[in-house]
Amino acid sequence: MSHKAHVPIGPYHPLQEEPEFYKLVVEGETVVDVDVRIGYNHRGIEKISESKNFDQSIFIVERICGICSSSHPVACVQAIEDICDITVPERALYIRSINQELERIHSHLLWLGLAGHFLGYNTVFMWAWKYRELICDIMETVTGNRQNYAMLKVGGVRRDIEREHVPYILSRLDELLPKLDMLKGAVLDDPVLAARLKGVGILTKEAAIDYAALGPVARASGVDIDVRRDHPYAAYDRVKWNVITQTEGDVFAKTVVRILEMYESASIIRQCLDNMPDGPIDSNPKEIPAGEGIGVSEAPRGECFHYIKSDGSNSPVRHKVRAPTYMNFPTFRETVMGQTVSDATIILAAIDPCYCCTERMLIVDTKDKSIMNVEELIRLSQEKTQRLKEKMGIK
Amino acid sequence: MNIDEALKKIGDHFGSRILKVNRKSSKRAYIDIYPKDVVDVVRYIFKDMGLRFNIASAVDDFDSLEILYHFTYDPTAIIISIRAMLKDKNDPHIDTITGVTRSAWWIEREMHELFGIEFDGNNDLRPLLLPDDWPSGVYPLRKNFVVPKRDSRKE
Repeated sequence: MSHKAHVPIGPYHPLQEEPEFYKLVVEGETVVDVDVRIGYNHRGIEKISESKNFDQSIFIVERICGICSSSHPVACVQAIEDICDITVPERALYIRSINQELERIHSHLLWLGLAGHFLGYNTVFMWAWKYRELICDIMETVTGNRQNYAMLKVGGVRRDIEREHVPYILSRLDELLPKLDMLKGAVLDDPVLAARLKGVGILTKEAAIDYAALGPVARASGVDIDVRRDHPYAAYDRVKWNVITQTEGDVFAKTVVRILEMYESASIIRQCLDNMPDGPIDSNPKEIPAGEGIGVSEAPRGECFHYIKSDGSNSPVRHKVRAPTYMNFPTFRETVMGQTVSDATIILAAIDPCYCCTERMLIVDTKDKSIMNVEELIRLSQEKTQRLKEKMGIK
Repeated sequence: MNIDEALKKIGDHFGSRILKVNRKSSKRAYIDIYPKDVVDVVRYIFKDMGLRFNIASAVDDFDSLEILYHFTYDPTAIIISIRAMLKDKNDPHIDTITGVTRSAWWIEREMHELFGIEFDGNNDLRPLLLPDDWPSGVYPLRKNFVVPKRDSRKE
């Protein structure tokens, strides 16, 4: 006789910043079935986009996720550029790549920290999130924002990377790399983590192909795909870098892929800064004709896919967005079954479900009962950006 | 396999079952098929030709609904989209492709709730994104759905 019990996780609980509801069916310690309920955060972005003009659509999709806030706009503008064959200036392509790779480093660090947190290894959590700030500072000085950079537009980018930014970005990367070495050692050489992660939550290559898994999840299972190499966009075909793959498909392999990818990203950023030509950053297209277009970009979690249909007016008739987690999520059926309950959390977290960290701060002073309003928070944030810029010696 | 070779392969295999081929560029192509052939075409492209399933996207064309199944061949960076037109908007039906690839599991649930398309043979069409108490027969991504205004005084 079997005794099946249900273990509910979510939708609101202290570890997961985003609401998801997992229903684990367990027999003893073993997970025998699992179901996921999502949609608690559904904002109807595809519907909203149909009522906005093309410039606003980019703005909207940037807000799908605070972490992938460069990947979605890149895929979106590429879909629009695909409708009408717009040529993007060379310099803009390099800036797009730099932006995407900075985002990838900070996203992978964020995941690494959370994974450490899930496992009770809070040193990794503290380190990863601390050194992620180096990247967020670069983003803030270059774009004005830690997240939601608003860099992209159809036909180019909205802001240039100034000459005086370059030494600052390089110095911050120099600062980051030894820390990455330290994190890499702390994670990959740790016997406890190896015991905890190796052979856990395996996604076989066949299952990864059948589920059409993407990004680090697919690459950790030996599926050698990467949109940056396969569908060269931005400046990825102008620099030298490697696609990191592993064959084991377990949580450890996914961790290895993400850690090693950060080194590749740093190398891509350096090469882009070195080779970036001078010139315009925007080709200023005027009209979007009728037609349909598809744009893809490699987000930190895998391929972002945007399909846009235009009828020649100034807003899309249909705007389909497919984020990478959408394809990676259903693989939990393969990876969690037969594992123990205690491993379920890290296995579910191993696909790097998309978390949002756009909330910056809210200052509430209970002594004199003053609560800062939006304008004051914006002023505080602008002052901080200014201080950062002064520190690096630019206006 | 470049786009012309891929289109020729599909064309040779299905012959007159292909309604129209639109080779948009050297990287993108759209192929129109009859809805009844969807499983055969998807199986051939996904299993035999080894393309990756990106996603499916339904579009409300006012008179009818269409579903686009997007497939990618990564080695040559081509994306081929299969278009099936569902003429009867009041009762749109198409066969499920979840028997071919499990990657279509969630997207069929999503198109079912947002567009009201029935996927014959798929017995797991529970709501994915919409709340459980969403009224039946209301499909938010159809063009006739207007987002209701909220009464902020009640919040």
